[in-house]
Amino acid sequence: MAEDKFSTIIVGAGPAGSTSAYILAKEGLDVLLIERGTAPGSKNMFGGRMYSHALNRIIPNFWEEAPVERPVVREIITFLNGGKSVSLNCQDVSWAQPPYHSFTLLRAEFDAWLASKAEEAGAILAANIRVDELLMENGKVVGIRAGEDEMLADVVIAADGVNSILAQQAGLSKLFSARQVATGVKEIIEVPEETISRRFQVEGNHGAVQLFVGECTKGLQGGGFLYTNKNSVSLGLVISTAALARCRIKMSEALEEFKESPHIAPLIEGGKVVEYSAHLVPEAGLGMTPQLFGDGIVVAGDAAGFVLNLGYIVRGMDFAIASGAAAARTVIEADARKDFSRQRLSQYRDFLKESFVLRDLEAYRAAPQFMENERLFNEYPKLATELVSRLFTVDGTPPVHVLAKVLEQIKKQGISVFRLAMDSWKGAKNL
Amino acid sequence: MKRLNIEQLLGLDKFAVDDDEAHIIVDKAICSRCEPKPCTFACPAGLYTVKDGEVSFDYAGCLECGTCRVVCPHAGIAIRWKYPRGGFGISFRWG
Repeated sequence: MAEDKFSTIIVGAGPAGSTSAYILAKEGLDVLLIERGTAPGSKNMFGGRMYSHALNRIIPNFWEEAPVERPVVREIITFLNGGKSVSLNCQDVSWAQPPYHSFTLLRAEFDAWLASKAEEAGAILAANIRVDELLMENGKVVGIRAGEDEMLADVVIAADGVNSILAQQAGLSKLFSARQVATGVKEIIEVPEETISRRFQVEGNHGAVQLFVGECTKGLQGGGFLYTNKNSVSLGLVISTAALARCRIKMSEALEEFKESPHIAPLIEGGKVVEYSAHLVPEAGLGMTPQLFGDGIVVAGDAAGFVLNLGYIVRGMDFAIASGAAAARTVIEADARKDFSRQRLSQYRDFLKESFVLRDLEAYRAAPQFMENERLFNEYPKLATELVSRLFTVDGTPPVHVLAKVLEQIKKQGISVFRLAMDSWKGAKNL
Repeated sequence: MKRLNIEQLLGLDKFAVDDDEAHIIVDKAICSRCEPKPCTFACPAGLYTVKDGEVSFDYAGCLECGTCRVVCPHAGIAIRWKYPRGGFGISFRWG
């Protein structure tokens, strides 16, 4: 029995779990990192980009060894409406200089690498194991059960992803509602390396990210995304799960339709689809954060709902990594005092605030609610595209000045100017 | 690029199907009384289908996202949802 007792059991070898394991193992603690997939990363998918700052604090210059795809230098936001589109296109080549602002990457390879760092540091990685439940004793988490096996630990870190069964079992969270999550689907489409660089107008190994708003989601809350990897693009859609259930849309069909649109087809022409994946995205921010700690347990990463979607920025991995680090710090402090009570572990909240995780989620607290406004995905992309397309049209009709064009289009679409002003104000304030 | 249907899309993926244990079990009696049946179109793998008014589910192509669990109007009752046993289910090669 004694040999089966660990200092820390971490459930889930994603970015949160592996970061925790890496830090704790380096500190000399006995760490068991459990992964249900055949290898870390094999169950994980995301859009396609990680902001570097969080991991760079833990593994400085990680890009020298980590399997990353392209440093992103070009950010494009595109509003779609039928055959029309309007884009905001920003390039900053300094993002491709150390400390590289962000990287596109593929999770199967990247997560496996991060878990291997934890192993190198001394953590024991056990793959192919599904944790069935937490072991409880007098209301305190004392370990886990996986099939016939029971394993004990001073503390369990639940880094088991968005569907966190463990946080729910520990009574720290309830099953979220369809309004609080979004369903994402993605295809990996192989396109030759130089073709990608040419099509996205980037030099060498530089990368581009394009986010789409409007018709690609049938005007529903959500958006499209395209991330350039070395020799593939990650193309997908994310739609509010509640909207999906209400509007009877099939994501795979919506994605196939999106691929055929004139805004996407030329970008992936000649490409070969090699994988289709789906995942839930916790989107409600602090509105769905569970209790982050209990007696003998701490919750990190997606399991804690640590994702921020501002429409033009989507963050998850940097929060996962920083929350994994904060969980590890909490356990180190608790271990020094051999006190794993809820009260002691409450330090986790302080560490999350000190890092940027809770600070940023609190700053953008109102964003998830703002993003529920369907005008953002329907009327406004239409307004932008119609207007800008008219601006560029010369067809012999009498001249109309810009202001008149704007007012005409607003009137034509039956948009309330007051509402538009309010939405703009709220957006500028909350995003 | 040629349009792919859901069977073709899932055909690209790598699965290790657990023949001994279904990780998701639906209660057909409850599902037959469910009017909206949101699972039948929200599942990104299209695994919930209706035949003669009865919901049938094929767990073999499951992408393990959890969408069905959260859209189900009888959450936690009609769909008994777990992840596949360790080592089984989807294995993303890119992810």
